[in-house]
Amino acid sequence: MKHISEYRDAKIVKGLVESIHQTSTKPIALMEVCGGHTMSIQKFGIPSLLPETISLLSGPGCPVCVTDIRYIDHAIALARRGNTIIATFGDLIRVPGSTSSLEKEMASGVNVHIVYSILNAIELAAENPDKEVIFLAIGFETTAPGTAAGILTAAQKQLPNFSILSTHKIMPPAMEAIVDEGAKIDGYICPGHVAAITGAKMFAGLVEKHKIGCVVSGFEPSDLLQAILQLVVQFESNSHKLENAYQRAVKMEGNQKAQAIMTQVFEPEDSYWRGFGVIPRSGLRLKSEFQSFDAKLKFQVDIEPTREEKGCICGEILKGLKKPTDCKLFGKACTPANPVGACMVSNEGACAAYFKYKR
Amino acid sequence: MCLSIPAKIISIEGEMAKVELGNNIINASLQLVENAKPGDYVLLHTGFAIELIDEKEAEERLNLLREVYGDIETYDQL
Ligand code: SF4
Repeated sequence: MKHISEYRDAKIVKGLVESIHQTSTKPIALMEVCGGHTMSIQKFGIPSLLPETISLLSGPGCPVCVTDIRYIDHAIALARRGNTIIATFGDLIRVPGSTSSLEKEMASGVNVHIVYSILNAIELAAENPDKEVIFLAIGFETTAPGTAAGILTAAQKQLPNFSILSTHKIMPPAMEAIVDEGAKIDGYICPGHVAAITGAKMFAGLVEKHKIGCVVSGFEPSDLLQAILQLVVQFESNSHKLENAYQRAVKMEGNQKAQAIMTQVFEPEDSYWRGFGVIPRSGLRLKSEFQSFDAKLKFQVDIEPTREEKGCICGEILKGLKKPTDCKLFGKACTPANPVGACMVSNEGACAAYFKYKR
Repeated sequence: MCLSIPAKIISIEGEMAKVELGNNIINASLQLVENAKPGDYVLLHTGFAIELIDEKEAEERLNLLREVYGDIETYDQL
């Protein structure tokens, strides 16, 4: 078993699609809140397989897309300090800040390294003792435990020249905010890799409080179709439950070792989400024991005044109120080669996924 | 960057493992998981194994689906 091709089995896919067609009678709107799901759904052409009763919306599941412009501006200000290496995942470098981007800064000689893991950033710091290495720590519960493990490693190695700029976020408060703000959705396709860490139980509160179906899903076509089928079955029978359609990777309790490392290093803080504004206790900051690794506290820099791009409707797309094709700039002024908003930068952004697979 | 990909553990040394990802062998940290052993599949995310894939669970569910919908016949692009 390779855990990929099996879940692309044509007969299973066809069978699931048929079951969905037979089961769905009433209009239903489902939201996926993971950038990986957005990408898979477009890549495998899932919408075209579904009956007209089912509409799929993309939520705020791409960490790059929900990142505040001010965070990018802050990273740029840190990069410009000199004697600094910014270590970052590749997705982030092209995200437009108020007047620049990390990519543009690189062209003018600022030191930005693309890394695949925080562990690479730690190696960079060990190899460059005369420079400060600042890792741009971004991502949801899937990514935050890795950052936490990296911080523990850096602490153990007593690296004085390593720090992070954290904009880690957690998913459930945003999923609540979407329902609170009145997006008309009848069910959540819950993020499988967030749940691998947090456990499926993370979504129980949402089901209870908002009476909305939540099904944890994997990323292959048959995974997504199973989750959709389960949500449709729930909806047709007027019920709302928490179900796990990704049991091979997600336990009810999640990965407790990863959770423990995450809570050892991080504590909740209010966090700004593009399109939503501040969502209480939806972000993660370093606990006081680890403050020496917090670039925010370690370096005082002047951050330029924030300027949002006019015409970009990323915010409404992230809330499930609009689709990328509703944006006047989509595919014209805004393309992956020349992105106006963050949703067009990352592969997992709704605009980029639409552009790549759907036009 | 949200992607987590199934990768097979080839060997383990301390908290690091060599994992097979397609045709490549790459390093992965095992700091976040417990009881991983060579031959196991893990979900790999930004250099960390974030969870083991439950082989038995996967097998059972696939068999169930196959019983309902038929035998395997893979294609990648739908
Ligand atoms: S197409 Fe571009 S400008 Fe329009 S919402 Fe998407 S990212 Fe923003």
